[in-house]
Amino acid sequence: MWLKPTTTEKIAFAFLTIAITTVVAFVFLILYYITANGIGAISIDFLTNVPLKRMTEGGIYPAIIGTLLLITGSMVVALPLGILAAIYLNEYAREGKLTWTIQMAISNLAGTPSVVFGLFGLALFVKYMGFGPSILSASLTLALLVLPIIIRASEEALATVPKGFREASLALGVTKWQTIRKVVLPIALPGIVTGAIISVGRVAGETAPILLTGAAFFLPRLPDSVSDQFMALPYHLFVLATSGTNIAKTRPIQYGTALVLLLIVLGLNLIAVAIRRHYRKKMKW
Amino acid sequence: MRMDGKFKEHAIETVLLSTSAVTVVILFLICIFLFGEGAALFNEISFFDFLSGKFWYPTSEPPQFGLLPLFLGTLIVTVGAICISVPLGVASAIFISEIASAKVAGMLKPFIEILAGVPSVVYGFFGLVVIIPNLQKLLNLPTGQTALAGSIMLGIMALPTIISISEDAISAVPSFIKEGSLALGATRWQTIHRVTVPAALSGISAAVMLGIGRAIGETMTVMMVTGNTAIIPGFPDGFLAPVRTMTATIALEMGEVPQGSDHYHALFVIGAMLFVITLLINLIAESIKRRYMFKVGS
Amino acid sequence: MTVKFEEGIETEIEVRDLNLWYSDNHALKNISIEIPEKCITAFIGPSGCGKSTFIRCLNRMNDLITNCRTEGKVLVKGENIYEKEVDVVNLRKRVGMVFQKPNPFPMSIYENIAYGPRIHGERNKKKLDQIVEETLRSAALWDEVSDRLNSPALDLSGGQQQRLCIARTLAVKPEIILLDEPCSALDPISTSKIEDLMMKLKNNYTIVIVTHNMQQAARVSDYTAYFLLGELIEFGTARQIFEMPREKSTEDYITGRFG
Repeated sequence: MWLKPTTTEKIAFAFLTIAITTVVAFVFLILYYITANGIGAISIDFLTNVPLKRMTEGGIYPAIIGTLLLITGSMVVALPLGILAAIYLNEYAREGKLTWTIQMAISNLAGTPSVVFGLFGLALFVKYMGFGPSILSASLTLALLVLPIIIRASEEALATVPKGFREASLALGVTKWQTIRKVVLPIALPGIVTGAIISVGRVAGETAPILLTGAAFFLPRLPDSVSDQFMALPYHLFVLATSGTNIAKTRPIQYGTALVLLLIVLGLNLIAVAIRRHYRKKMKW
Repeated sequence: MRMDGKFKEHAIETVLLSTSAVTVVILFLICIFLFGEGAALFNEISFFDFLSGKFWYPTSEPPQFGLLPLFLGTLIVTVGAICISVPLGVASAIFISEIASAKVAGMLKPFIEILAGVPSVVYGFFGLVVIIPNLQKLLNLPTGQTALAGSIMLGIMALPTIISISEDAISAVPSFIKEGSLALGATRWQTIHRVTVPAALSGISAAVMLGIGRAIGETMTVMMVTGNTAIIPGFPDGFLAPVRTMTATIALEMGEVPQGSDHYHALFVIGAMLFVITLLINLIAESIKRRYMFKVGS
Repeated sequence: MTVKFEEGIETEIEVRDLNLWYSDNHALKNISIEIPEKCITAFIGPSGCGKSTFIRCLNRMNDLITNCRTEGKVLVKGENIYEKEVDVVNLRKRVGMVFQKPNPFPMSIYENIAYGPRIHGERNKKKLDQIVEETLRSAALWDEVSDRLNSPALDLSGGQQQRLCIARTLAVKPEIILLDEPCSALDPISTSKIEDLMMKLKNNYTIVIVTHNMQQAARVSDYTAYFLLGELIEFGTARQIFEMPREKSTEDYITGRFG
């Protein structure tokens, strides 16, 4: 018994449609569920107060600040390093063993589990270099984690700059480095910024690495220095949802925290998408 | 003067080269520190006993460090995740690149990006409050915190990787090959499943490998939904029982172990194993991708 | 445009007032032509003249392009292929096409030929073996590949790949074969092999070829149509077109004054 090819096609396309609908429906479900349950918990007080009564009441202010500090700390390290590395790979590197090794290292770093980065941060920064469990250790660990993302995004952005621009500048007797700085980088900037924003979202959402390198279970004050421990949104959500003192009672706070985290991360992604669309329209050659 | 300029350009290139070489150094350091911190365990027990040990009782007296329950825990959760995400992901990729109009495809892609952007702890939280109670009710289980719950969540989380890389591979199949099939009177579906997908197969396999890597390395989500019981899971009934993965073990126990203890070293060995496993998976995916690019190019 | 065909030759394809737009670009303007059966009809003209667009109308390959709109009629054996109820898939089975760039599937030689018959329901292994041999022989490729049917088609040379594509088209038993600049990516030796093949095939098939190579059109075609800027300028026997064109622009083109 064989079906007519056109009938088979209808059945197959129906299945494919079901698959993509399932995926999209799931995205709606998770966004809707977190938003609907979390929106009630969010208020000015929630965002600006410290957690109270063993984290069963109060706000998430220190966790928000902790996350912002982590973002700043990791970006200060990862951005310059990542962009310079991408410039080398796209503008200078020649085919060869060395370039191949670097490319392989980048894709393997990108595939290394975040908890392994956490262990590495613990061994290198916390213990060996003596930074202790701290913002410094956690930021450095996260910086290494997002480095491959920044390099890949910047490389891609640089690769879209048409060769003609470089040649035009070089033909005017401008040096290679000046050409890169004055001509290539400005054109690639939107793409680089997009990559940077996406990696900020990644830093904001990562939990396993900071769990091993300095995030505090509970610290109802702001950290004093980079060598202090800290609270952070994702770890705070994890603690409240799995090992808080009263998990059932603090559900609203959990939903609120999840929503704030989701808003930050997806908001950043949205900005990245907007930048990309804006410049893609503007730049046509 | 000219020599100065040349010297400066050369210096800049050297600085740039060293920044990109940092990645190699990091990879190297990860190896050194993970293996270095882990090696001390093998003064106490043999590597083989560690690999084949059936019990993970790190705090009993004497402690037992057997990797098997954790490894099999990771395996069962990952296998389940792949069973969910490969059909769903490849089907979605085919839909986006071959069936949807450019406009619809443009509307669908942001959803995949959102899926990739949601933090793992939020997935874990969603699993905890939505998937687990429903699984428990639906299947009438003593607890919803099961390997299956982990598989479902990881299956979803591996989707963006699988979809976007498969889609790239499918879109890369030259349209003149598809036209050749259509011109013979093949339907679009016959063309897709007999020509386009087979031609993109190595790219799709690479996507699946990377999806597997993602699932094996995921920590927070599995830790929040699988119940974390370190016993060897049965098959297939193990899907409906709590399970403990390698990643979850590190995250759960590292906070409470004294530095320098056997337990501490054992957790580093688990980390080193994870590192090696994901490294191998990446290398395989990379070599598959390379072969496929070569093929389309020729 | 009609031409008096030789005694006993019927019209295979009749096109009436065909117009085609890519978005706002009016790419084919009021084309009317009758194409004879079991002959070789060549479309010539400078690049961008619409000859390739037109040949792709004859098996509705243009349907695959978004924003492409057609008006008018194309009758194949008297049946308008642009009617709503026409089964495009079946049409393409009857009207085969060979493309400019050889496009064998990334499969073995055998699988490339067996692909078409299989999707149209042939599952008998013996029958398939027979079809593969027959069509490879018709495409003058059998002697070169009979000992390596299971090796990848992409290992063949460009000319062999193109003959394989022709064999692949023959395997679904079409009535008409459209060739869209089939030799433009090939060397002279491969080109002459394909031309010989066309001469042989025209005994059994109606052949339409688009070519930018005028010598080729003069060598192989029985009837020739000249296109310019989306219009059909002149259509006649190859002899008439190449020896005493009626239109000035046809003459300019074939004497090499432009294009």
